[in-house]
Amino acid sequence: MNIEWYIVLSSLLFAVGAMGILIRRSPVVILLCLELMLNAGNLALVAFSRMVGNQQGQIFAIVVMVVAACEVVVGLGLIVAIFRRKLPLDVDALRELRG
Amino acid sequence: MEAVLFFLAAIGALGGAVGVVAMRNPFYGVLALIVHLFSLAVLFLLLTSAFVAAAQVVVYAGAVMVLYVFVVAYVGGDSESAWEPIPGQRFLAPLLGAALFVELSIAVLASSLLALGTQGPDVNPGFGDPAAIGRLLLERFLIPFEASSILLLLAAVGAVVLAGRSKSSKGAAVGSFHAGGVPS
Repeated sequence: MNIEWYIVLSSLLFAVGAMGILIRRSPVVILLCLELMLNAGNLALVAFSRMVGNQQGQIFAIVVMVVAACEVVVGLGLIVAIFRRKLPLDVDALRELRG
Repeated sequence: MEAVLFFLAAIGALGGAVGVVAMRNPFYGVLALIVHLFSLAVLFLLLTSAFVAAAQVVVYAGAVMVLYVFVVAYVGGDSESAWEPIPGQRFLAPLLGAALFVELSIAVLASSLLALGTQGPDVNPGFGDPAAIGRLLLERFLIPFEASSILLLLAAVGAVVLAGRSKSSKGAAVGSFHAGGVPS
């Protein structure tokens, strides 16, 4: 398969993830859609790495995975903290930053 | 054969992504994301990057998704309210998503990258296998490797600080337990 197929698929997945972030209101689902966007970026990185014939793009993809794991850990910690304080799990209801 | 595999994996990845967006229960959304991640691992294998595919399955579909499943089971998957702060948000968002897709496709496909229409250069069999990636990570990219390990440590500490029971809430929980359960 040509590389452009992978790139088009990657931009499609990115658009789907962005659409999900715009539509959904539950913080958990917004984090899931963020994962979609990060993975679309990973697919583009690996596809370009194959296109150039250079493995450094794959290192980039692995670093993106690490950053995504950190983001998930902190985000889920925030969600658990919100849940413990009996606040609503809805990004539209959580407008104020004071605890 | 390769094209069949690509389209199967692409359908899986796209279906998983749409499932994440469309499922009303977050638990099913997590399961759809697992399907998406496995399909992406197949795509990474097609792009001859074996180590990234293995890391995707082990780290993402294994560890991170378990974390998601635990948190969704803890928080509970209640459905969202139907209240829309912006009128027509459900119709404007797909339009914006479609516009983003068209824009990204134009930006990439109309670029002057001639190699986009090829399968990429012929690579030696060791391309992207764990040995090559490990050598790159520990020699040329040693400092980013160490920096990412520090980042992981900071994230773990931050999660414990954020989600851990603070002293005041612990006291409140113990107090309410005594008030409710043990009359004293």
